[in-house]
Amino acid sequence: MRISAAERTMNYVVLVLFALFALVPILTILATALSPQIGEAPGLHLGNFVEAWQVGGFGRSLGNSLIVAALVVTSAVVLSVLSGYAFGTMRFRGATVLFYVFLLGLMIPTEATVIPLFFDLRTLGLTDTYAAIALPQIAQSVAFGTFWLRAQFRTLPTSLLEAAALDGAGPMRTLRSVVVPASVPALTTLVVLAFMWTWNEFLIALVMAPGGSLRTAPLGLSNFQGQYTAELALLSAGAVIVALPMVIMFLFLQRHFIRGMLEGAVK
Amino acid sequence: MSKSPPSAVVRSRLTPYLFILPAFLVYAAFSLYPLIRAAQFSLYDWAGFGPSTFVGLANYADLAGDEAFRAALGNALVLIAFYALLPLVIGLVLAAIFRRGQVRGMGFFRSVIFLPQVIALVVVAVAWRNIYAPNGPLNELLRAVGLDGLARGWLGDPGAALPAVGFIGTWLEMGLVMLLLLAGMSRIPDDLFEAARLDGAGPVREFFAITLPSVRGEIVVALVLTIIAALKTFDLIYMTTSGGPGNATTVPSYEVYDRAFQLREVGSASAVAIVLTVLVFAINVLVTRIGERSR
Repeated sequence: MRISAAERTMNYVVLVLFALFALVPILTILATALSPQIGEAPGLHLGNFVEAWQVGGFGRSLGNSLIVAALVVTSAVVLSVLSGYAFGTMRFRGATVLFYVFLLGLMIPTEATVIPLFFDLRTLGLTDTYAAIALPQIAQSVAFGTFWLRAQFRTLPTSLLEAAALDGAGPMRTLRSVVVPASVPALTTLVVLAFMWTWNEFLIALVMAPGGSLRTAPLGLSNFQGQYTAELALLSAGAVIVALPMVIMFLFLQRHFIRGMLEGAVK
Repeated sequence: MSKSPPSAVVRSRLTPYLFILPAFLVYAAFSLYPLIRAAQFSLYDWAGFGPSTFVGLANYADLAGDEAFRAALGNALVLIAFYALLPLVIGLVLAAIFRRGQVRGMGFFRSVIFLPQVIALVVVAVAWRNIYAPNGPLNELLRAVGLDGLARGWLGDPGAALPAVGFIGTWLEMGLVMLLLLAGMSRIPDDLFEAARLDGAGPVREFFAITLPSVRGEIVVALVLTIIAALKTFDLIYMTTSGGPGNATTVPSYEVYDRAFQLREVGSASAVAIVLTVLVFAINVLVTRIGERSR
């Protein structure tokens, strides 16, 4: 479609302005992370990252985040593959109602479930464990994963399952050697989204581990902020450390982030 | 229900249920059941330890006259304008530009504008606290252009704090809205635009006659997602203002946390949580209904 030169120029002006609006806060925090601390000589201070890493205990909190994310992503994906397989490829009584029950999970706010989860798990002596941080997030991701994979598995041609049946494959073997290999892009998207949600989750990590020994990365940063409000360079370096894994992942896997968020939202 | 087996590779009628069971158990135990427990908690007066007293709907009745709760609801409405309406306008403009003009570097612009969505909100909060600080870049800019009178500690100023937090929401959500609308617009056939142009329609008329009506469904989805994001904006409030100054920036999700874990009013916190849940459900149902009618 042809447009006038004047309109084209206007378009670029608008786009550049909004790209700058999106980037400036990110660049500001990066610049602050590299700036001198109070009383230091001007220049680029890469040492801020080293100091923030040590003082803020980010090795520990990033490790905790990785453990929680590994637990949540693997469990949620395995459980969602199983349930999505049933909803997407099988006929059974109550399928629609059961599916709506799962859909409800997409709407339940964490704010509502976190209060009873804390008090009930405290009674059982389970707060301050990886399970207490991971299980509520597995439940949330399973609701989305079931919904997401049902839609994906439905698009598989029935002839695929019929061919597997002719070869004498049972349901588990068909899932493993036919359905899953044919759905790798959709599964990748689910892994990427579940990882992002878990990595960035704050409220559950804040409430379910009050002892502080299992702080995840966002919690580590929040705690760091309390101690180093005045030392902006150090605080910003910590923030960059927490955000960087996600930003790098986004740059490599943008298509999966965007596809998942769009298609998941529209359905 | 037909007598045919569940699928070509499954013979037993029980099999589908066995596949669903593990997912259902985790989901029911850690999402559905806690929601029911929250509803139950909301009927009691409890400090989080010791004895609890059944008070019926008294916690809900108290909310009607509760200043902090009313402030939270009012603030949520203001935040919706910043989180949902403003990004909708920006998203429409940006997506229309992408759809109409042959933009070079479209992929680059798209990714950059979407980037705020993937950054943890605690990090976002640190970045914006820095920008809004009394000696931060925003005030330096205002002073540099001679608008010293406008400079202030943005997050500490009772009149400025809420819009300041809301503006972070605009920054966060514009990319998601843009992409949703762009996905909708890319389905509009090119001939429709060509025909409009042959009729002499300019970019503005073309936008209102063709582009806008065909993305109603996507607008509805964008509004649901962003309104709910505004209602659930806990991390950002916790990290930037803690609801202050006074009650200037408190929101329902922050009230839930504050009441349950700091004020030790678990019953009242649960009542707020249930009201928040009902709000989220109602917005989903309402907006989806409107969307279906307009299709």
